[in-house]
Amino acid sequence: MYEAVVIGVSAGGLDALSKIIPQLPEDYPLSVSVVQHTRKDMDDFLANHLDGLSPIKVKEAEWQESLKPGTVYIAPSGYHLLVEKDKTFAFSVDPPVNYAIPSIDVLFESAARVYGSKLIGVVLTGANRDGTKGLKKIKEAGGLTVVQEPKTAAATEMPRSAITNVNVDRIVGLSEMGTCLTELAKEH
Amino acid sequence: MDKSEIREFEIRQVLEAIHFRYGYDFRNYARASLERRIENRVHQSNLKSISEMIPLVLHDEDFFDLFLKDMSITVTEMFRDPEVFKTIRETVCPHLKTYPRINIWHAGCATGEEVYSMAILLEEEGLLEKTRLYATDYNNFSLNIAERGIYPIDKIKGFTENYLKSGGKSSFADYYRTNHESAKLNVALKENIVFANHNLIKDGRFAQMHFILCRNALIYFDRKLQNRVLELFRDSLIPRGFMVLGKKETLKFTSVDSDFESFEPKEKIYRRKLDV
Repeated sequence: MYEAVVIGVSAGGLDALSKIIPQLPEDYPLSVSVVQHTRKDMDDFLANHLDGLSPIKVKEAEWQESLKPGTVYIAPSGYHLLVEKDKTFAFSVDPPVNYAIPSIDVLFESAARVYGSKLIGVVLTGANRDGTKGLKKIKEAGGLTVVQEPKTAAATEMPRSAITNVNVDRIVGLSEMGTCLTELAKEH
Repeated sequence: MDKSEIREFEIRQVLEAIHFRYGYDFRNYARASLERRIENRVHQSNLKSISEMIPLVLHDEDFFDLFLKDMSITVTEMFRDPEVFKTIRETVCPHLKTYPRINIWHAGCATGEEVYSMAILLEEEGLLEKTRLYATDYNNFSLNIAERGIYPIDKIKGFTENYLKSGGKSSFADYYRTNHESAKLNVALKENIVFANHNLIKDGRFAQMHFILCRNALIYFDRKLQNRVLELFRDSLIPRGFMVLGKKETLKFTSVDSDFESFEPKEKIYRRKLDV
């Protein structure tokens, strides 16, 4: 049974997340961690915005906080977000990866190591290639890989790159993504 | 045997080898980002496994220097989080002003952007002359960059924007000279800065501080090491001395939480209590 979801999203992310996250039920049985590439001074706007739209609790990830089911965590701007073995969040100001801090690969790779086959990795809209390497690591560790159908993405490069380079498990349109993640959480 | 157990063993051995050979103790660092650094080095040096680092660490100082150099680079900028500097200017400086001499410690100063920002701020508040700034780091590669005070010219635009947002009173261009690829900060800013190697993991206090800045270093440490370092800060501060942590760092759940009061909670500025 899955334990955690990690989502990576870049250009077009505000709209995509505003469609997907509100579809998750309040008692969603997995934790959901999101890296959205943002400007450095975005603060916790995205978390507050999504929390207002969604039945599930949405908040900014805090340093050393435990990942809990039924919660969506948004990476703060200006820091890489990682998961430690004890399933708490770690931050770093290591150099940007794929020109990004936070970087999707950084979150995905650390989460893959911690959760292995109990992880679902999701790459959404974006105009770069961050997330591809991380998704590959999730696949190698036995996790499930999901990519947004590029035709439904505001920016197609990121999902395309993931599909080209990783043998992904699911390709899902934007409007079905929330339901898909809800259904997957019920799988054993 | 599980692959990840083997990997864990390899990493432990690499950290032991580094500690044994050079005295740098990364064993109590937060693991996830340290492991990324190690894996990057394995990849860039075309090694087949993490444990291949061990003989290199032991016998090849140039290899270890590469690793240490990797570790010296972090994301920082002058007046990073400008609102922190604005708050320091408006709420901490009026207190600092009352002391005849001021000691400020930038603990883990990395490549120096922050200490120069502070020197500029103090200069504009008329406090630089009576202040000594201690800028310390365990990593000599970082310290060398800090001491030079030369930064790539493409950083200047961001530095300038931050400076303005931080309540800068002058023109940022007054503080540096450029050639075509770099900007050199005015030497006068350095006059009251002491750059020194100090390892937060094992070295002790060295002066009575009025103000300690340690931003985004604690996030690299495990809880045990965080407590060690914070106790060192507490013991180095004068009663009612100030301390600022990184924007996402907190004293919550640490061993010194009750020794400090929150002074500006939003900007993570703390003040040591009178009696601790």
